Amino acid sequence: MADGLAPSPLLPPLEGTDLVSSITGHSAIDELPSGDGRPPLEADRAGTGRLGDRIFGGLATGSGILVLALVTLVGLFLVIQAVPSLLNNEANFLTSREWVPSGAQPRFGIVDLLWATIVTSIIAMFIAVPLGVAVALFITQYAPGWLNKPAATLVDLLAAVPSIVYGFWGLQVAGQYFEPVATVIDRVLGWLPFFEYTGTPSAKSTLAFAGVILAIMILPIVTAISREVFSQVPTAHKEGALALGATKWEMIRTAVIPFGKPGIISAAMLGLGRALGETLAVTLLLSALNTSSAFSFSIFGGGETFASRIANDAGEFDSAQKTGAYIAAGLVLFLLTFIVNAAARVVIERRKAFTE
Amino acid sequence: MSTLSTVDESAPPTTPATPVGDDFGGRSGGRAFRDQLARVVMWTAFVVALIPLVWILGATIVKGGQIIASVDWWSLSQSGITARREGGGAVHAIQGTLIQAAVTALISVPIGVLTAVYLVEYGRGRLAKVVSFMVDILTGIPSIVAGLFIYALWVTTLGFQRIGFAVCLALTMLMIPTVVRSTEEMLKLVPNELREASYALGVPKWKTIMKIVIPTSFSGIVTGVLLGLARVMGETAPLIILGPYTAVIATNLFDGLMPTLPTMIYQNYSENLQPAIDRTWGAALTLILIIFVLNIAGRFIGRFSKVKS
Amino acid sequence: MKISRLGAMASLALVGSIALTGCGSDNTGGDSAAADSTASGSAGAECFDGTLSAEGSSAQKNAFEEVAAGFKSECSGAQVNYNPSGSGAGIKQFIAGQVDFAGSDSALKTVEKDGKIEAKEAEAACGSPAWNIPMVTGPIAVAYNVKGVDKLNLTPAVAGDIFMGKITTWNDPKIAAANSGVQLPATAIKVFFRSDESGTTENFTKYLKAAAPANWPGEPAKTWDGKGEGKAKSAGVAEGVKSTDGGITYVEWSYAKDNDLGVAAIDNGAGPVELTSESVGKAVATAEQTGTGNDLALKLDYATKEAGAYPINLVTYEIVCSKGKDAEKQKNIKAFLKYFASEEAQKTIEEIGYAPLPAEVQTKVATAIDAIS
Repeated sequence: MADGLAPSPLLPPLEGTDLVSSITGHSAIDELPSGDGRPPLEADRAGTGRLGDRIFGGLATGSGILVLALVTLVGLFLVIQAVPSLLNNEANFLTSREWVPSGAQPRFGIVDLLWATIVTSIIAMFIAVPLGVAVALFITQYAPGWLNKPAATLVDLLAAVPSIVYGFWGLQVAGQYFEPVATVIDRVLGWLPFFEYTGTPSAKSTLAFAGVILAIMILPIVTAISREVFSQVPTAHKEGALALGATKWEMIRTAVIPFGKPGIISAAMLGLGRALGETLAVTLLLSALNTSSAFSFSIFGGGETFASRIANDAGEFDSAQKTGAYIAAGLVLFLLTFIVNAAARVVIERRKAFTE
Repeated sequence: MSTLSTVDESAPPTTPATPVGDDFGGRSGGRAFRDQLARVVMWTAFVVALIPLVWILGATIVKGGQIIASVDWWSLSQSGITARREGGGAVHAIQGTLIQAAVTALISVPIGVLTAVYLVEYGRGRLAKVVSFMVDILTGIPSIVAGLFIYALWVTTLGFQRIGFAVCLALTMLMIPTVVRSTEEMLKLVPNELREASYALGVPKWKTIMKIVIPTSFSGIVTGVLLGLARVMGETAPLIILGPYTAVIATNLFDGLMPTLPTMIYQNYSENLQPAIDRTWGAALTLILIIFVLNIAGRFIGRFSKVKS
Repeated sequence: MKISRLGAMASLALVGSIALTGCGSDNTGGDSAAADSTASGSAGAECFDGTLSAEGSSAQKNAFEEVAAGFKSECSGAQVNYNPSGSGAGIKQFIAGQVDFAGSDSALKTVEKDGKIEAKEAEAACGSPAWNIPMVTGPIAVAYNVKGVDKLNLTPAVAGDIFMGKITTWNDPKIAAANSGVQLPATAIKVFFRSDESGTTENFTKYLKAAAPANWPGEPAKTWDGKGEGKAKSAGVAEGVKSTDGGITYVEWSYAKDNDLGVAAIDNGAGPVELTSESVGKAVATAEQTGTGNDLALKLDYATKEAGAYPINLVTYEIVCSKGKDAEKQKNIKAFLKYFASEEAQKTIEEIGYAPLPAEVQTKVATAIDAIS
């Protein structure tokens, strides 16, 4: 019991609901360099030996292990189902741009898919993270009292809009306004291969626009998590900064943002995870490349992401070979998100250790 | 939020533009300018972010409002209504979505809550760390990967059909981490004094958890569950792989296809005909409304979730 | 215990949603449009009470649903569901015994593919040979959207060049040669193709390969081998062409009609043939039967030079067990297919972009359906 008597509650002024992100259940506390890092009460001895305790403890531990097993199984199953197809693959899975997974000589590789997935996600991050953080700062630090709650609710509500609606809206409503944007970017930066816009595919079907739509989609997520973290900056930190004569912006820069940094990172990573795996909005928007098109570095090119490719052909999983190829693509996507999440975790842990 | 209001109350006396600090060389013009600039940037960001978001919401309401305002929408299915015909309703899809959500909750809540109990009350050492990490990974799994995994398990390996229950399994994977994380936070908020008091009375640990810890954070847990549900209800990708759309009422999770709102949206979108497109927006608005109601319910219950210390 | 309270809440939600079942109904009532087009009620369908489920080709989905709706309005107790998951999936589900019959845009394969012979597998699953019964003819339109051009003739060679990216502007002399008197603009040609695997792509490339092998070097396949930009599903390509001046694609006729896209007349050598149900029927009537007896697998001659026959067609089949294990089911399938092949039902689907079966084929189909037991 030596380390058991932790002083009671963490951060008393918190209200229950605001701790948990309404969208993800992702918790702000999780990311905070908590003042009291000690684990809750250790009471193992209170329970030793009793049957009820053993059963209940077993159930709880079992559930934990189930979750562990679930993730392991996902990886395992995807690998098992992907391997036979990968072995039959006549092309190099990692370096080929082809995607012909069926037939006697299947040839499929992930280069194009990986490129489209990463480009759209990066564009989404470039837009959504700064904007989301700014909106979160606005809601927590700048918004007048009458505005901050409704604004927060509105943003949360938008996180509830099904992703397919974003795609549909992008295609039917907003897409036409992207044409001039693409033209201007091409005129100014078109000499760089990244920004060359040739007009094919049309602007609303490019990686760039898909990235913009993804950004709009993950904006509420980034905002919600950042907002929760920012609203938990200890008053003392902020007042301290102000008392030292800092302007509001300086207070934010020196007290709020450093405190919220792990939360921002975690919000960004969660958003990135969503962007990488987003399916339908992207499927509706993007123009796929034809098999003979040359590889283009331009963000105004077409392409397909892992997720859109899989969803697009979900109705045609008619042979084990073909299904395996798509599962292999899913596996790469899984690994990608795994790496992103693991990296986020490492960054946050390191920060936590650093701030403590 | 209370932290915020504290600052807002105490901030004005310290932040005013009155040039008190100037004598100390504190606020040069540049600093004041930067401060103002930041203020402008924040406001702009807010407005810029709001434009597309409000636009989407507005477009959905405008284009879907009319069709869902009819009685038919809430009382009929799409049976016998082909893409080029108007009429019919969304009852089949609403039912499918609600049933799948309920069953998903039924599976994921016990697992999620118990995992959270494990992490907070039991978990020590390496295993707990790994489990916690896995919950993080599960949070980040793209829904299409969850769908593919269940497909690989349910259809390719076990040889079963694509049925409503398979969809529930995929959604469960997406919901568990949400439940774990929210419950975990709620459990952490339960003051240790309560646990100590209970132990001191000789109550065994499991009873303490069941009778003291969980009840104390009960409404918070319910909130988390409702919010988690709201998330999985809008998922489309796993449904496309595992639960194709059908136009008729189907309430059996274990036999045949089960229509849901997301698949109804997707199906009607791909018809590309005006009556179907109207239904696409209508179904989207219906889904948003349902999720909104769940969110409100979650928040309402959450009001009472403050842990009393 | 508290968990059981949560469980209780969840089951409450479940009960709630099931209670909703009580309010909802599949009966769309007499006031809906369903009554308009099918209630002529002359065919006298053989009704049954029960449910049939079919799965397969998305190409016949609209036709199937239209007919199923018509059937239901005649026989209120009969429910026929169709899941348009693709021909491959439909056949797979049929072989696995998961659906009562399959819809497919190609007949069961009699040659080995991925180590399996579809026809053999289906026969094993049925315990009797499985028959391919042609039911719906879906012409594939070469649909375009060019400002100021509302009539366009294409020869297979020109079409091949356009879809291979060899012809890049609308006023190309080769196009002009086939369209004397039409003012063609200098707009760039933008080809749209199906990015998902599709029977429509397979059939269209089969046509190009057969009619213009010199201009279409690739092998026919479900995946597109030509130029252009890919869009998901028929809706995607139709939307792409609709919103792009200079756009062209191949798409089911109904999508071209619904989106008000221009449809090119095809000139296989005997003069330009407009896409109409008559011209399609003519092409189907001249198709060669490759199945034996009541197995009506057809081989369309894409390169047909028959005057007035529109050559780019997709015939979709209903794949059924000739002698099923469940007699009751077979009877129901028979009743539904009989209605499907009836003149009345075939006329309904004509209104939505399909072509009715020509008389010769219709007779054979009726015979085959009668032989199902």
